[in-house]
Amino acid sequence: MPGSTNTILEQNPSNDKGSLITILQEVQKEEGYISQEAIVKISRHLRISRSTIYGVATFYSQFRFNPPGRNSIKICLGTACHVQGGDFLLNALQLEIGIKPGETTEDRRFDLGRVACLGCCALAPVMMVNNNIHSRMSVIKLREVLSKYE
Amino acid sequence: MNDFNKTLKSRYKHIKQEAIEQWEALQSNPDPVIYLGMGSCGIASGAGEVWNAVEKNISGLKQKIHLLKVGCIGPCYLEPFLDIKLPGKPRLCFNNVDANRAEKIINEYIIKSEAKLKPLGHLGEQVEEFDGIKSFWSIPMLKNQKRIVLRNCGIVDPENIKHYIARDGFQGLINAFNKGPEGVIEEVKIAGLRGRGGAGFPTFKKWQFCREAKGSPKYLICNADEGDPGAFMNRSLIEGDPFALLEGMLIAAYAIGSNYGYIYIRAEYPLAIHRLKIAINQMQKTGLLGKNILDSGFDFEVKLKEGAGAFVCGEETALIASIEGERGMPRNRPPFPAVSGLNGKPTNINNVETLGTVPNILRKGGKWYSGFGTEKSKGTKTFALVGKVRRTGLIEVPLGTTLREIIFDIGGGTLKPFKAVQTGGPSGGCLSKEFLDLPIDYESLTEAGSIMGSGGLIVMDEHSCMVDIAKYFLRFTSQESCGKCTPCRIGTRKMVEILERITEGKGNMEDISILESLADTVKKGSLCGLGQTAPNPVLTTLKYFKDEYEAHIDKKRCPAAVCRDLVVYRVIKEKCTGCQRCVEVCPAQAISGPRSEPHNLDPEKCIKCRACYEICRFDAIAGDAIIIE
Ligand SMILES: Cc1cc2nc3c(=O)[nH]c(=O)nc-3n(C[C@H](O)[C@H](O)[C@H](O)COP(=O)(O)O)c2cc1C
Ligand code: FES
Repeated sequence: MPGSTNTILEQNPSNDKGSLITILQEVQKEEGYISQEAIVKISRHLRISRSTIYGVATFYSQFRFNPPGRNSIKICLGTACHVQGGDFLLNALQLEIGIKPGETTEDRRFDLGRVACLGCCALAPVMMVNNNIHSRMSVIKLREVLSKYE
Repeated sequence: MNDFNKTLKSRYKHIKQEAIEQWEALQSNPDPVIYLGMGSCGIASGAGEVWNAVEKNISGLKQKIHLLKVGCIGPCYLEPFLDIKLPGKPRLCFNNVDANRAEKIINEYIIKSEAKLKPLGHLGEQVEEFDGIKSFWSIPMLKNQKRIVLRNCGIVDPENIKHYIARDGFQGLINAFNKGPEGVIEEVKIAGLRGRGGAGFPTFKKWQFCREAKGSPKYLICNADEGDPGAFMNRSLIEGDPFALLEGMLIAAYAIGSNYGYIYIRAEYPLAIHRLKIAINQMQKTGLLGKNILDSGFDFEVKLKEGAGAFVCGEETALIASIEGERGMPRNRPPFPAVSGLNGKPTNINNVETLGTVPNILRKGGKWYSGFGTEKSKGTKTFALVGKVRRTGLIEVPLGTTLREIIFDIGGGTLKPFKAVQTGGPSGGCLSKEFLDLPIDYESLTEAGSIMGSGGLIVMDEHSCMVDIAKYFLRFTSQESCGKCTPCRIGTRKMVEILERITEGKGNMEDISILESLADTVKKGSLCGLGQTAPNPVLTTLKYFKDEYEAHIDKKRCPAAVCRDLVVYRVIKEKCTGCQRCVEVCPAQAISGPRSEPHNLDPEKCIKCRACYEICRFDAIAGDAIIIE
C-alpha cells in the first residue's frame, strides 16, 4: 500500500529513536518488505542515516528487502525439527519449488524463509505457510500441503 | 490493620467475589461447557478445525452450550484436546480430537447421553476414579509432575481475567503489598528462587541490587525472547496463563521500586503477543495496571516490544540495545544492568518463568516453595520434552528429578535405543546414557559439561548422529554471532568448517585436536555468553561420543546414517513388493522397475532426498524395503 509508510511515521514521534525497530516492523507488516523508498522516508523522519537504518535492519532476520510471494513459507530449523528430519524437508522443498531461503519464485507464488523454532517443537518437524503451522511434516506430505496454496 | 490495608482488601474482595461467582457458575453450570485446547501446539494439530466443527454442531441445538478456549495442558503429542463438563460430573478430557471425533463426542455426551467414547481422564478436584474414569493427573505422563507455575495452563480461559482471579490470582500481589518491598525480597530469598532464563542467578539478589541502585526511573524487563531453538516453555506459559507473568511483574516491580515495565517477546509468537495484549487491557480496566493499583499508591505500566529475530537479543545487554532501537549487540559488564541498563537507568531483567513463579511464592510462602527441589536448586522447573521420545510436550517437575525419570517415566522412553539428551540449547551439551541417573539441578548439569539453560530437553536415539548435532549447533551460533568480538565471529565459523569436513568424510584425526583448541579459545576469549558457551555442544560430543567422530574420520562412515555424503540408499530385494510408490515419489527418477517386482535404485541418480525411504515406511503395502546405510 503506497502511503502507508507515511501513516506509520505520523504515528511515531520523530524524536523517539528507540522506535526504529517498531517502525520497520510496522512497515513490513503493511508493505510486505522494507523498500528503498521506505528507508529514505524513515531516515528523514527519525534523522538517522540510511546506512544506520540498513545496519539495524540487516542485523535482524525478520526483515526482508525484496517483495514477498503470495504465500510465505517458513521452514523450522530448530533443534527438535532438525532431529526429526527438518533438513530433509528443506532440501525437498527447495527441489520442489526451485528456490533457496531468502528467495521468491518467479511466478511469485511462494517465498521461502527459515526460522529457528516456531515453538511447536513437540510436533516436529514443522513448517509455516502464511500463518498456518503444519505439524509432523514429512517429505511425502509436502506436495499435498503446497497444493493448498495458490 | 491500617486504613491502607483495609481499602486494598475491600477492593480486591469485591473483584474476587465477582470472579468466583463467574468461575463457580462454570463448575456447576446446568448447561454443558466445552473447553478446547487452543495453544499454538493445539492449533497446529488442528484445534481450529475442531473449534469450527464444535460451533457447527452445537449451533442448531435447543440446549445452551458454552464453548471456551484454554491453553496447552502439556502432553502436546495428544493434541488437540477437548474437555466436556456436564452438570454433576467432573470435566472429562478427550485427546487427539478431530472434527469427526468432536461431532461424535457431542452426539454421545450431550445429545443422546449414551457415552461410549472413553475419555483420557477426568479433571475433577479429586484424584480418585470417577465412573471408571481415571484422573487425568494420574496418567503416566502427568503423574510424576508437580505443577506450580503451570497450575492454570489448560484449565482456565487465558483471555478472561476473572478465571485467573477466581483461582487466587493477584492474592500474591496483595500479600506483597502487605509485606512491603523488603519483605517481598526476603520471601523470594527464603524460597530460594533462581533465574529460569539459564544462568540460575538468585532472583532476590538481583532485585536487591536494583532496589539499592541509585537513579530513576527504574525499569523492569521481562525476557520473553525464548531464543533456544527447540524450547517453548515461555510460549506455553504466556499462551496458557498470561496473568501469572503480569502479576509476577507487578510484584517484582513493586519490590525493586520500578513503575515501568517492558516485555521483550519474539515476533515468532503471535498468539502469545495477542493474549498478552488482551491481558494487559483487562488489567488496566480492573485497576490492576496503571495509576494507584488497588488503591495501594503503587503505579505500574507495561509495554510490549516485539523482537525481530536474533538469538543474541536474549542476552540482557543486547536485549536492552534492541529495545533502544539499535543492533542487538552485547556490551561488556560491568556495569551491570542493575546499575546502568535501559536508557542508562537501573534495570532488572527476568525470564518469563522466573516472574511467573513469583506470584505462587508470595501466595503460598517462600518456605512452602523451598520444600520442593534440592539443597541448592529449589522449586520446580518446566521443560520442553521433545525429539525422539514417545510422549512429547511441556512438563514441570521438582528440581532434582533424574533424567531417567523425565525421559522414561514421564516421556515413555524412545522408540529406538536411547543415545543422548541435549540440555541447555546452543549453550548446552549432549549427555550420554551414563548420565541418566543424574538429578537435574544447576550444579550437576554444569559439572557434566552441559547447562540447565531455559529448559529444552531434546532426546536422541540411535538414528541421531552426534557429529551432525554438533555441526548443527555450531552453525546456529556462528550464524547468530553478532560479530562484535573475533573469537566468537571467526572461531565458531572455523569450527563449523571443520565439522562440515568431517561429516563429508574429508576429515582427519588432527581435526579433533584443532577443534579442541579452537573451542578453548572461543570459550575464554568471547565477550558474551553466546560465544563463551558456543563450544559446549562440540566439547560434550567429543567427550562422550568420540567413537562417532572417529567413525566419520577413519571409516568414512556415519553410524547413525544421517550424514548425507556418507550414506547410500538401497532397496532390499527380499522385502520389496514392487508397489511402485517410491518410483512415483522419486523426484530424480532414480528408481525403476515393473510393478510387483523388486525395484532398482540407481545410486548415481539418487539425490538422497529421503522421499522413497519415508513412503516405504509410511505405507503398509511397501513395508520397509528401502534402507539408508
Ligand atoms: C546468547 C544468550 C541468549 C539468551 N537467551 C535468553 C532467552 O531467550 N531467554 C531468557 O530468559 N534468557 C536468555 N538469556 C539469559 C539472559 O541474559 C538473562 O540472564 C536472563 O534473562 C535473566 O533472567 P533470570 O535471572 O530470570 O533467569 C540468554 C543469554 C545469552 C548469553
Ligand atoms: S524446533 Fe521446530 S518448532 Fe521448535
